[in-house]
Amino acid sequence: MLTGSLALTALIVSLALNGGPRLSWQFLTSYPSRFPEQAGILTAWVGTTLVMFVTALSAVPLGVGAAVYLEEYAPKNWITDLIEINIANLAGVPSIVYGLMALGVFVYQFHLGHSILTAGLTLALLILPMVIISTREAIRSVPDSIREAAYALGATKWQMVKDHVVPYSTGGILTGLIIALSRAIGESAPLITIGALSFIAFLPHPPWQSQFPYVSFQWLMDPFTVMPIQMFNWISRPQEDFHLNAAAAGLVLMGMTLAMNGLAIYIRFRFRKRIRW
Amino acid sequence: MPQPDLPHRPLRRLRERAIEFLLLLAALSSVAITVGIVAVLVYDSWTFFRHISLIEFLTDRLWTPLFSDAHYGILPLVAGTLVTTAVALLLALPVGTMTAIYLSEYAPHRVRETIKPLLELLTAVPTVVFGYFALLMVTPLLQRIWTDLPGFNMLSAGLVIGVMIIPYISSVSEDAMRAVPLHLREGSYAMGATRLQTALRVVMPSALSGIAAAYVLGVSRAIGETMVVAIAAGMQPTLTLNPLEPAETITAYIVQVSLGDLPHGSIGFQTIFAAGLTLFLMTLVFNIAGHLLRKQFRQPYS
Repeated sequence: MLTGSLALTALIVSLALNGGPRLSWQFLTSYPSRFPEQAGILTAWVGTTLVMFVTALSAVPLGVGAAVYLEEYAPKNWITDLIEINIANLAGVPSIVYGLMALGVFVYQFHLGHSILTAGLTLALLILPMVIISTREAIRSVPDSIREAAYALGATKWQMVKDHVVPYSTGGILTGLIIALSRAIGESAPLITIGALSFIAFLPHPPWQSQFPYVSFQWLMDPFTVMPIQMFNWISRPQEDFHLNAAAAGLVLMGMTLAMNGLAIYIRFRFRKRIRW
Repeated sequence: MPQPDLPHRPLRRLRERAIEFLLLLAALSSVAITVGIVAVLVYDSWTFFRHISLIEFLTDRLWTPLFSDAHYGILPLVAGTLVTTAVALLLALPVGTMTAIYLSEYAPHRVRETIKPLLELLTAVPTVVFGYFALLMVTPLLQRIWTDLPGFNMLSAGLVIGVMIIPYISSVSEDAMRAVPLHLREGSYAMGATRLQTALRVVMPSALSGIAAAYVLGVSRAIGETMVVAIAAGMQPTLTLNPLEPAETITAYIVQVSLGDLPHGSIGFQTIFAAGLTLFLMTLVFNIAGHLLRKQFRQPYS
């Protein structure tokens, strides 16, 4: 019965034993290299951070909007049924198929290239069903008495949604979003199909600049690598030393996902305590 | 919730309509994703199937699109996918079901509240980490038992995928078992049945469609799993049903071609869309079956 927990422990212990010694400040701040001792994950974690930023920014409005529509607005008709079945189905589509779709649409139709923007959008589509499902659950837990009270004071439907339903379900929405992002951070298959490079020895353009208008969006179109792809690259090399690097990268990656899950649990706990109906 | 009548203010009504429309668009974006997936897969496979007949695709026993003597038979990739999936299920179905029975019928409240989040954490582990685990931990262990086991094999990949899908299977089946009303269990106890007899002969049959849904969703996960097989099962398409041999799955093949430098539009590159279409159709069947089964178990005892 405890296989699951055992497997998880074995996984972390083995990663820690092999990768632990390789973890150092230098590992976090170095570019990848042909020499395993000098190689680091700087480009990988910068890439991961930027891609996640794009993913979150595009998945939140779409996901929350869709969930609000389905819970608060949707009439009972075949369009609603279609959307519901479709979301359930999308949640089961293999991630690599999303990669193929993104390759066809974003790379070859819209010519966005093998860029951070493409990667972020791909992962956003991938986690969209997850975000919609968890947001709907959060919205459903807001009692109807709140909605009736808002209407009684003369609020329109949108005022009711924006000032009451969404704020009260923020905790649930955030929890679901963070868990979805923690899945996206570990995804590599769809990013490999859209042509992420595994060896990037330079950083993307910085998002700020010294001249007006001070922010620059050039990084969106830069090529990138992310943590899991860097790790995959190191695993598939024959030299043992690179396997140690892979373990260390895996350790950092696990740390990131576990931290995000921990944060999600904490937020759920905090919001549950704060709200009393 | 019915919407109260708005006072007659056209501007306000217009804004409400506009917002509702925007939200509808957001909801429809999920449909657009499906349309996009189907469109890309069908459109790009079309260029492939213009050159290679469907019959050759389905019956040729060799998959060598990257060699000069090119063969395009999907069978070796399908065989690889099915073998790793079968190995995964042999591990995950019994363990997942037992976990679900334990959690829903035996575990005290506090144990359940600790184990469930732990199992859910297992689904958050990046698949590439599982791949590392399969190649560098599980395979050496297995090589102690089968000394001539090759470094890449479907057995270790399948076992690790099995561990990966246990949480999916156990959590959906547990939900189904807990939805079985208490009076059925009490009836069974009243007849003098033990806990185990109640779990196996009363609760499980009543929750059958939910458990079946969990299995089906697990199968679909295992078929679509990519990184573990790409790392640990090898990248040679061989038509074999022996899990001790290396082989390539559909997903691993897509990764292999994506990592290479074939130009878009060449037959070699278009093969990944044909392979992807095959994969999509395989998982679609299981997903729809799972959805229908799940719908059934939601409304039996009302």
